[in-house]
Amino acid sequence: MNTGEARPAAFDVLTVEDVSRHFGRRRAVSRVTFSAPQGTIVGLLGPNGAGKSTMLSMLATLIQPSAGRILYGARDAVSHGPGLRGLIGVLGHDLFLYPELTARENLEFFGGLYALADPKAAATAALERAGLLDRGDDPVSSFSRGMRQRVALERALIHRPRLLLLDEPFTGLDDASAAGLVARLRTIADDGTMLVVATHDLDLVDGLFDRAVFLRDGRMVAEEDRPSALRATYRDVMTRPQQAGPTNRAGT
Amino acid sequence: MPKWFVPAAVVCAVMMAVAPVLIANAPYESTMGLVQKIFYVHLPSAWVFLTAAIVCGIASARFLFGADPRQDRLAWAAAELVVVFGIITLVTGPLWARKAWGVWWQWDVRLTSSLMGWMVSVAYLLLRQFGGPGSDKLAAGLALFGMANVPFIYISVNYWRTIHPTTSVVPTLPTSFGLPLWFSAVAFMLLFVLLLKMRVRLEEQRARLDSLYLSADA
Amino acid sequence: MFARVVWLVLRKDLMVEVRSLEIAYTTLFFAVSCVLVFAFALVREGRAPEDGAAGILWISIAFSGTLALGRAFERERQSETLRALLLAPAPRPAVYVGKLLGIVALLAAGEVVLVPLVALLFQAPLFDRPVWLATILLTGTIGFSAVGTLFAAMLVRARSRDVLLPVLLYPITVPVIIAGVRATTTLLQPELEVEVLRFWLALLVCFDVVFVTLALWTFEPLMTD
Repeated sequence: MNTGEARPAAFDVLTVEDVSRHFGRRRAVSRVTFSAPQGTIVGLLGPNGAGKSTMLSMLATLIQPSAGRILYGARDAVSHGPGLRGLIGVLGHDLFLYPELTARENLEFFGGLYALADPKAAATAALERAGLLDRGDDPVSSFSRGMRQRVALERALIHRPRLLLLDEPFTGLDDASAAGLVARLRTIADDGTMLVVATHDLDLVDGLFDRAVFLRDGRMVAEEDRPSALRATYRDVMTRPQQAGPTNRAGT
Repeated sequence: MPKWFVPAAVVCAVMMAVAPVLIANAPYESTMGLVQKIFYVHLPSAWVFLTAAIVCGIASARFLFGADPRQDRLAWAAAELVVVFGIITLVTGPLWARKAWGVWWQWDVRLTSSLMGWMVSVAYLLLRQFGGPGSDKLAAGLALFGMANVPFIYISVNYWRTIHPTTSVVPTLPTSFGLPLWFSAVAFMLLFVLLLKMRVRLEEQRARLDSLYLSADA
Repeated sequence: MFARVVWLVLRKDLMVEVRSLEIAYTTLFFAVSCVLVFAFALVREGRAPEDGAAGILWISIAFSGTLALGRAFERERQSETLRALLLAPAPRPAVYVGKLLGIVALLAAGEVVLVPLVALLFQAPLFDRPVWLATILLTGTIGFSAVGTLFAAMLVRARSRDVLLPVLLYPITVPVIIAGVRATTTLLQPELEVEVLRFWLALLVCFDVVFVTLALWTFEPLMTD
């Protein structure tokens, strides 16, 4: 079984089966189902409060679903054990960086925490990929939002996770940075990683997603493969009257 | 409510009504006089206080490591009763002590341990009330720590002298003291069980309501 | 793996603290003000009571410790870095131990200033038996920090966390205060009663062992949702 040292068997598909989560009386996520095979980018789209962050927290194994299952490959989080967390990378809305430390120190710290063989080398490589090698020894508090985002993304990727979860990654980015991030995400997916991106910045992500899951009040109201014209679909789906019952699937 | 509840409530009410008669007819204790009668309320409520604390502690441990919501409801109800019966004990005690020994309060073993245990249960309730979501688990952790704490307080205070009478008072009492005491004790215990059941049931109903609400349009 | 994570977390905490020294300065100043307030409150006929030294020392440690704990975990709350720590495959008890050692280091630094100050203001011969004193302070600080680190960590995502931390912490750390004060008072007597001192120290060590174990045991279930 897992000692935490050996990496558990990598999984090649993420399956979310009928997952719900409630807090007392408040339904945060209600019966969501989708799957993400290797190399796909899934978008979780919806207004604020739709349940996107809760869904991501469940995918990250921080919160357990109240009902339903999340399967990483063939097994759920509990049977994988704590080693599973070593296969998941998270870019949170709050970036998970220590502002007092330099970019390099942040990366080295998390590299060590994820049991990398050589955290220092990994940190340098990460800084290079982020294009911030010259700013590597400046404290993160001195960075702009875009720069912090790049460091945070590298932090999430430093242990080469199978599954990358991103929560509102386009917040506060200018157009050039956003376009750069979109290109970067595509490259990461092409490498074989599964990505789940929660966002409400629809204009920026047109053409990025292989699958789009639309959430409203915790419920999945639509699912589209290879969606195009996201904003139009979104408006259409969100203004449809709420119906209790099976979700609608607009298919390929 | 389960079938035994109403008959038990009736029995309890009757016992509570009869108890003062028994207490009044018990012989005067020569040195302490009339005030000593408060002992028949103080000691049983102290026992209930202790029982409730143990119930809360065990239920909290089971909830923290087993995630069974019934244990959580039980722990919360027990904590409330710890506070209630703790207040009764901590008020009747000084009233008795003042008359019997001339001091309102003494920092001896039992008093200090009881007071600190009571404080932890008040903290438990504050945490549940004001802690926001997730505070059920946190409160269970607090209860565990509180339970682990009591032996330390007991031992540390016991290292000093104590003026609290030892429990050996009870077995050596003549039956005319004994009967009202045990009668009172049974009545209080019954009251405790009834209150606990009622409170747990309230939480059960609330939980059922929540799940009905949630499944209303799944 | 466990030791490595402990070391990484501790080193990171010390690095972060050294950069700004915010917690160190503010906690230290608070502790000093605390002692001064006590001094002014208890001064009689221009002289402070000599017996008060032990109590005042430990109360100041407790108060400033609570403040330091609150601030340290508030820092983890910004940027949600505590969540990042929980997301790593690192064993969670190791994260707890790393944070605990950081807090103990912080409080110890505060005591380095507090003890001479109390000795000075209250004419207490605290430095007559320095090894005993250091042992008492260390075991007491570990006990207080063990409970405090756990509670502060578990309250990070609770509401009203600022006021709930002292509400929860003080009743549970009463044995530490009792034992610490009694041991220090014993230490300040002209003739040292070694058995009494040994008893209080043994109690403190037991408390430390029991509560660190309890914290390690409950850290995982308390941190997961």
